[in-house]
Amino acid sequence: MLAKRIIPCLDIKNNEVVKGINFEDLKSAGDPVELAKKYDDELADELMFLDITASSEKRKTILKLVEKISENIFIPFGVGGGVSEIEDIHNLLNSGADKVSINTSAVINPAIIDEAAKKFGSSTIVIAIDAKKVGDEYLVFTHGGKKNSGINAIRWAKEVYNRGAGEILLTSMDKDGTKSGYEINLTSKVVQSVKIPVIASGGARDAKDIEEVFVKADAGAALAASIFHYENSGIIPIKKYLKSKGINVRL
Amino acid sequence: MEKKIAVIDYGMGNLKNVKNAFNFLGYSAKITNDFEDIKNATHLVLPGVGGFKDAMATLKRKDLVNPIKDAIIEGKKFLGICLGMQLLFETSEEFGYSEGLGIFKGKVVKFDENAVNLIPHIGWNDVEILKPLEEFKGIEDKSFFYFLHSYYCVPEEDIAAAVCDYYGKFTACVKKDNIFACQFHPEKSHKEGLALLKNFIEN
Repeated sequence: MLAKRIIPCLDIKNNEVVKGINFEDLKSAGDPVELAKKYDDELADELMFLDITASSEKRKTILKLVEKISENIFIPFGVGGGVSEIEDIHNLLNSGADKVSINTSAVINPAIIDEAAKKFGSSTIVIAIDAKKVGDEYLVFTHGGKKNSGINAIRWAKEVYNRGAGEILLTSMDKDGTKSGYEINLTSKVVQSVKIPVIASGGARDAKDIEEVFVKADAGAALAASIFHYENSGIIPIKKYLKSKGINVRL
Repeated sequence: MEKKIAVIDYGMGNLKNVKNAFNFLGYSAKITNDFEDIKNATHLVLPGVGGFKDAMATLKRKDLVNPIKDAIIEGKKFLGICLGMQLLFETSEEFGYSEGLGIFKGKVVKFDENAVNLIPHIGWNDVEILKPLEEFKGIEDKSFFYFLHSYYCVPEEDIAAAVCDYYGKFTACVKKDNIFACQFHPEKSHKEGLALLKNFIEN
């Protein structure tokens, strides 16, 4: 049976892993390859690297890092952040990334999804959706959550699926950073609208939150950053807990 | 004897990850489509992700069909990964009908869209070992491997070495003489995947 996945997310700035709350007060948390190796040892199922380097010139250094990761880590990993052109995707995949996550550029130019899926295969294309509840609907926000696109998140999820996205990385902006659990309602609605795996993100505090998003929303994977960075719990204890609750995980 | 691993380059998918895995294990591996390299290799690896028809067309265009078949007939150790496993069969139902290398009797079929909720089959799934092969040495039954595919092989000879359950069981590994092939990606399957690659080279 297919296992539910646990995906630690690592924010990268100038080739270092950074930790902070809401992108403020960023502190270096060390070498990405070393941290990736640690998560790999702890049975992370996959890794997601989010490049938050501000300048596009410096961002090019991410390719060297991706190469180094792929020489040392033998589980799938995705890279996102600032991906705007087909060439960016090509370069990241060519450097060893298994998947590339696209966010703002897909909203601005949805045809990039069709083109990328056709060129590189759907399985390599992850569409990241940052959603926030406005009134009674969930809307898609772009530019790192700063800009309201006015697009309905469920409708957008269906569209990216139809255009050939392989997975959806769904972040609830309302929950992100709150440590109050995943947004079950939003996640569940998106899961039911598409036939591709949905990676839930935003709000995880502990193993129970991950259990909830797997059981109640049927997410294919749970992504989190801080609970793996800060808590003593680690990935293996979380997986053991999930297994004890009858959830199929890789242990 | 010195191991010479040739990873056959025919432009399908990320071959570097396969090379990286062999390098990590301490072997040198070359990504190549040079006939001499293929001839001189002790171990041949046919990886690949993508479409069956495109892959066969590329192998034909690069005149790689016969060198691959010759190497297999000659008894060279051969590893097929994912699409590289599927290509060993006679036919695929992708786009109706496509012909493969025909090393194994059988066909490649798509997961049933009416029965299977998510296609492609993507992620970690446990593998049930049917035959205690050298390739599985040190790997526990029901270990998890990383899969990424929409089609699977249906052998018409007794070569299945492992199966996987995804809305029903399908063949995850086959073994016949000098050929071993797997539907999952050992190069992305953590310690178990690396163990399998090492076993392939060492045994």
